[in-house]
Amino acid sequence: MKYTPIIGLEVHIEQNTNSKMFCGCSAEHFLVKANTHVCPVCLGLPGALPYANEKAIENTIKLGLAFTCRIAEFSKFDRKHYFYPDLPKSYQISQYDLPFCAEGTFNSIRIRRIHLEEDTAKLQHTTVDGKKVSLVDFNRSGVPLIEMVTEPDFHDAESVDVFLKEVQMVVRYLGISTADMEKGSMRLEANISVAPGELPITELPSYKVELKNINSFRFLKKALEAEIKRQTEALERGERLIQETRGFDEKTGKTISQRVKEEASDYRYFPEPDLPPIVIEKTDIEAIRHNMPEFPAAKRARFAEEYQLNNEFIEVLVSEKSKADYFEEGVELGKKVGLSPKFIANALVNLKLSENMDVAAFIKKLYEETKVAYATHEETERAIHAVLVANEDAVAKYKNGKVEIVGFLIGQTQKELKGKGDPKLLPQLITSQLQKK
Amino acid sequence: MPILTITELHEKLKAGTVTCVQMVEHYLSRIKAQNESLNAFITISEEYAYEKAKAYDRIIADNPNAFSEFPLIGVVVSIKDLYLTRGIRTTAASNVLSDFIPQYSATVVQRLEHAGAIVIGKTNCDAWAHGASGENSDFGASRNPWNTEYVPGGSSSGSAIAVASDMSLVAMGTDTGGSIRQPASFTNLVGLKPTYGAVPRYGVIAMASSLDSMGHFTHTVEDSETLFSVTRGIDERDSTVKNVTYEPFDTSKTIKIGIPKEYFSEGLDPEVEKVVRAAAEVFKKMGIELVDISLPHTKYAISVYYIVQPAEVSSNLGRYDGVRYGNGRECFGAEAKRRIMLGTYVLSSGYYDAYYGKAMKVRSRIITDFKEAFSSVDAILAPVSPTTAFKLGQKANDPLQMYLADIYTVAANLAGIPGLAIPGGFASNGLPIGFQLLGNHFSESILFELGKRYQKVTDWHTKQPK
Repeated sequence: MKYTPIIGLEVHIEQNTNSKMFCGCSAEHFLVKANTHVCPVCLGLPGALPYANEKAIENTIKLGLAFTCRIAEFSKFDRKHYFYPDLPKSYQISQYDLPFCAEGTFNSIRIRRIHLEEDTAKLQHTTVDGKKVSLVDFNRSGVPLIEMVTEPDFHDAESVDVFLKEVQMVVRYLGISTADMEKGSMRLEANISVAPGELPITELPSYKVELKNINSFRFLKKALEAEIKRQTEALERGERLIQETRGFDEKTGKTISQRVKEEASDYRYFPEPDLPPIVIEKTDIEAIRHNMPEFPAAKRARFAEEYQLNNEFIEVLVSEKSKADYFEEGVELGKKVGLSPKFIANALVNLKLSENMDVAAFIKKLYEETKVAYATHEETERAIHAVLVANEDAVAKYKNGKVEIVGFLIGQTQKELKGKGDPKLLPQLITSQLQKK
Repeated sequence: MPILTITELHEKLKAGTVTCVQMVEHYLSRIKAQNESLNAFITISEEYAYEKAKAYDRIIADNPNAFSEFPLIGVVVSIKDLYLTRGIRTTAASNVLSDFIPQYSATVVQRLEHAGAIVIGKTNCDAWAHGASGENSDFGASRNPWNTEYVPGGSSSGSAIAVASDMSLVAMGTDTGGSIRQPASFTNLVGLKPTYGAVPRYGVIAMASSLDSMGHFTHTVEDSETLFSVTRGIDERDSTVKNVTYEPFDTSKTIKIGIPKEYFSEGLDPEVEKVVRAAAEVFKKMGIELVDISLPHTKYAISVYYIVQPAEVSSNLGRYDGVRYGNGRECFGAEAKRRIMLGTYVLSSGYYDAYYGKAMKVRSRIITDFKEAFSSVDAILAPVSPTTAFKLGQKANDPLQMYLADIYTVAANLAGIPGLAIPGGFASNGLPIGFQLLGNHFSESILFELGKRYQKVTDWHTKQPK
């Protein structure tokens, strides 16, 4: 019997806005002294009211547009209720039935929805005066958080990995989050079940396992692989699998059960009365769309087409928008001094010559280094002579009017010079030797 | 004879016949003499009030523009204990917050203080503003100064008592389903429930967020308007406040007042009806046209209100989970627990559509009723409460009877429109009876205009309890 894994993702992306989602406090919370970026609103004090951060809404729409989502023209916030010490109001302001973005697609994975909510505070379990205590740091409380939910369109761990890395890249291109896994500004959850049969699977299994609290792409991939194996083997043994939350043990490489859900949580969602509904004008959406950057996929295609770069170079250059921009500025400047895009790419990717340098300085340095590195006039003449002697056929062809053979001879000479021939000089010197023959 | 209006106070302050410190002394002595029997105040901010009074006396002496720069200078105000006051204990009349000293003040409190008002204390109310009699307070029931065997109305009980019995010149209350208009009516005061979105809610302990309105008690409509001009207006911390310019009322216009038949139905005490009809006649004599109108969905207002309101209450009270504020959930009183359970139930998945969802649909019908009515009339005249004040204990053990006390007031909250309660007479047992004027959204100017005209030709508002 063949089994097919079915995987969907929930990705949380913490935004890098200056202020929090519903108050003016700084949204910075990593390595900040506990409870210093707080106010009545994000502490959930009596009487405090939220005031929505427009920039955070715009950022969410940006991500939606990047994934070709439908942007809601009428949207609102809702209250999601549950009790936990990191949630000072006993509800999280989130979005329920009218998320800002829905029904998108990214790399042939369907995006169900992208909504905006506030982050919770952070619990620290520690020991104070010999007593085990849980402390609450509210610096993170109210930081804008995007939640993206995909349809269960993945069927193996590798595609999940590729997809998530691409999502991270797009988020960074948009400049809406640092999307650092280790700082928790990108958080991953996967829902996974295994269905008997092959694709297309028409009926989803009755259970799903939520993989949570996984803090790197690598561990998620391993956890998914382990979980596919565990579930498949269980099904093969004829066991019934249950709805549960599992974590990943890095040491054993296995997933472990954390919580078995008896029934669905009832969050008692209802429209947040403290925030008026949000009307997003078509013109606003178009303005945002107009200012979207070129995304990695488009950049890859263009770099291959326009600069004839190989995939390895392209991957490194498009991995960060700033790198790609740097490269293209370099190409523009390099053009004037005869440096080819490939040459610049090589210098950036393999030789890493650009460290801490502005583009102009980098190109200047590159140009000077290449100049110095050229073979001397004498060496060049000697190499040309050797090439002409070794390629009598070519010389003959030249004599017979096949002038384009010079290109072949340039290549041979460069080979002889181990690439150190001055490309400006070579055609001229070769032609003059040929004419003397 | 006590000072009853801001104008009178300011004339005397200008003339030097009284000082701010003397006013504070006067009200404190009144509080000391009466609070034990009336139980209007939970916290008295004596030191703070003296400090402010001294400062304003200096300003009056030094600054020739004091009265224009500080429109409420020297006005002693008492504040419902739902408004946060920085450094002054704020309890919501609940044991849950019995020790809570806020780190910040409500926007309205800040605006009053910037205008020169002096906060003298925090007033008693039904805990969390849940009630129509004041009897739900964890700090003890308060009493009607017109007859202490009767309730003062609620939930803004202490604020009404304070103004009615000369313990402060004006007072702030909150009106979620009638909690200003009804006690105003029970104590012979003017009570304003502003349009939802006119006055910021920031810093006021939320009862039901889509219904709560921040209003006040005064003796005159003129003072009500003055306070409103100070408290209203956009606030960068409350996004439900709308930026509205209030045009002065065009007095040349002919005014039409609608009389809604649904508000004169079964259950309305004949003595109350008589007062309300008489008020209508007063307006008619001024040349104002009375028009019979219908608000057909009125009968659903109480049902809708007792779904929407507990739903929001259950959400808003969740933060008092025992982790913060020192006191645990066992400190909630019976009424709060009842509303938390009701609200939790109506929001539960599987029941949401049948209760909350449906209630919201009917709510929009109620809004439409008013919208249609205001296309043909400028204001609506109606009773505030079906009866005069009832006796303490009379309804305390029957929550449903207590809920029905709100029958004529909740629709305005559901629709978000303004309501102005005005003293209109007395019942044979000597208890006051008020009527209310309802207006379209942000049409307070019309209500004030009508109220001022009414008070020019009547003197009910000058009557004082013994």
